[in-house]
Amino acid sequence: MRFVDEFRDPEMARALAGRIAGLCEPGRHYKFMEVCGGHTHTIYKHGLEDYLPANVTLVHGPGCPVCVIPMGRVDDAIHIAEQPDVILTSFGDMMRVPGGGGSFFDSSARGADIRMVYSPLDALKIARQNPGKRVVFMAIGFETTAPSTALTVLRAAAEGIRNFSIFCNHVTIIPAIKAILDSPDLRLDGFIGPGHVSTVIGCRPYAFITRDFDKPLVVAGFEPLDILQSIYMLLTQLAQGRAEVENQYTRAVPWDGNARALEAINEVMELRPYFEWRGLGFISHSALKVRPGYAAYDAEAIFATPGVRVADPKACQCGEVLKGVLKPWECKVFGTACTPETPIGTCMVSSEGACAAYYNFGRFTRARVREAAHP
Amino acid sequence: MSTEQQVLHRIEKVRRRKARLTDERITMAHGAGGKATQTLIDAVFLEAFRNPLLEPLADQAVFGVNGTRLAFTTDSYVVSPLFFPGGTIGDLAVNGTVNDLSVSGARPLYLSAGFILEEGFPVEDLRRIVASTAAAATAAGVAIATGDTKVVQRGKGDGCYINTAGVGVIERDVALGATQVRAGDAVIVSGPIGDHGVTIMLARGELDIVADLASDTAPLTGLIDRLFDATPSVRCLRDATRGGVATILNEIARASSLAVVLDERAVPVRRQVRGACEILGIDPLYVACEGRMVAIVDGAAADTAVRALASHPLGQGAAIIGTVRDDPPGLVLLKTQFGGTRIVDVLVGDPLPRIC
Repeated sequence: MRFVDEFRDPEMARALAGRIAGLCEPGRHYKFMEVCGGHTHTIYKHGLEDYLPANVTLVHGPGCPVCVIPMGRVDDAIHIAEQPDVILTSFGDMMRVPGGGGSFFDSSARGADIRMVYSPLDALKIARQNPGKRVVFMAIGFETTAPSTALTVLRAAAEGIRNFSIFCNHVTIIPAIKAILDSPDLRLDGFIGPGHVSTVIGCRPYAFITRDFDKPLVVAGFEPLDILQSIYMLLTQLAQGRAEVENQYTRAVPWDGNARALEAINEVMELRPYFEWRGLGFISHSALKVRPGYAAYDAEAIFATPGVRVADPKACQCGEVLKGVLKPWECKVFGTACTPETPIGTCMVSSEGACAAYYNFGRFTRARVREAAHP
Repeated sequence: MSTEQQVLHRIEKVRRRKARLTDERITMAHGAGGKATQTLIDAVFLEAFRNPLLEPLADQAVFGVNGTRLAFTTDSYVVSPLFFPGGTIGDLAVNGTVNDLSVSGARPLYLSAGFILEEGFPVEDLRRIVASTAAAATAAGVAIATGDTKVVQRGKGDGCYINTAGVGVIERDVALGATQVRAGDAVIVSGPIGDHGVTIMLARGELDIVADLASDTAPLTGLIDRLFDATPSVRCLRDATRGGVATILNEIARASSLAVVLDERAVPVRRQVRGACEILGIDPLYVACEGRMVAIVDGAAADTAVRALASHPLGQGAAIIGTVRDDPPGLVLLKTQFGGTRIVDVLVGDPLPRIC
């Protein structure tokens, strides 16, 4: 298939793997964080680690939109869903995320009308088709999905649709990366930058990473060869003593981002003074809310949500996993008390979550897999 | 043993442990065919109905009556939409039950058909469904020998649900099943996978994706005859319905305590199916088929088996997609197109509910 197969070519992968091995100084250990959960998914889904030398480790970052939603916000969404005449719409990934009082699936089984959608525009369509209902869209995601939420609000306003609102949980990526760099527990050699977010925000906002922290960052695409190439680019920078922002994903990411998408976000949303991230705690100016001018589309303004902060279960170490301090299997409940069927933490729920990716695809030592596949 | 290996070891132990049903209400996950379904069946149904025929939880029960071996099965159909390219709920209701019988080596004979209709359902639609049901039964060589009709109030059903049961006779001297599988066996699929699931998903019209694609719903009896005519070395046959090829191979790996190693490049997937799956982030290995089967055959007979399947109209595109090995027991591995290796696990949630 065009635009897919050429980015999964094993011959190219082998050639790149050879060059990567050639760039690694013997005895030095390299630790790169892939910020985005989409990358984590690609890495495990294609078995990319099989191509990396033993002294290159990939650390999974916080860029999984579902993973960073705190339990209290799930409870708030369920509270909204259980109000009279409400249809809550959500991306499928959110459905199994546990809040303090169960997940969307549980609420649905109790009688709430919660529907999966693939796009906020689908939610708007449901609002159009159900004028007697109040349709709420559970808006989640980084700058990647915020523009489509914003545009949907603008469309609703233009069409005068009054029974549609969003429960805004959009977050921004830069404060999360800052929080990780400020965390004393982690020593990283560089970042594989989030590709989809960068299609919107561009590459400039990452400059502080090279300037203040002297780490290289390469914005990467989501096919396995994209990621291998970005690792190669990171190692090249390190070998040449550089720490710069580079763009591997040039076929999608303009250096200055997408001005129109940013405008749309800015028109509808503004920064919250602070927002709680699951596992990372409160981070200032790290999330978006609906501007007062669009309050008619703001579920937080329409419905009185409890807004109760729910502490993560004690056993859950999602925070450490999201920060890259713990590998998924190092969490005490990984795969035993916490599984994709009965998740305790969000990282085990989303397909972009590091724990789910590791459990579903990578749960097996690399050596044993190799042995079994190539006896 | 490294710490990581210890963790993995512990996980495999937990996975083999019997799950407890803790849910207070039925959720969609209980119908998805994954672990939640398994838990529900174990904790509620098997607990109450327990008997040696039911206990293996196979797609059909096989038993002897006066020296004749019979296969018996039932299945309910709640597909939405009721009409889709390549068939209707009626085709599925016949072919699904026929195939559950056929993969035990049986010749399907008689089916029952129970229709649950919703008040207000157009009679014209019912006529179309019944006509396709009748045509499918004729094509499969079975008679619908008994039936039932119920009507529920508007809003209490979704137009039309069908339950069918079927009985068949096993005339061949074969013992098929996951426990017959041996290391060195070949894993074969009878044609491109995922057509049905993707067709249904697109037919719902919620995705605004258009593709030239039809359901693969078909009776497998003739194809299976062709296979047995060519080789007796067939160990296990399964139709790859809910949960797709991946789910079936996991069940086989678990039941045989053997490993299945797949080669992603060898798995036949139509361009349209692959494209839709790429866009939606779904793995074709988990997408339901309604006229494809997985055959595990002796490695030495693999080429003969593929040739035999490919000589039948329903076996176009049959391919060897992997092998059975001793290690790691109970797991399905995939050598990816990219050249890496990963696990293919049992799916938790159903990405596509009400596919059949």
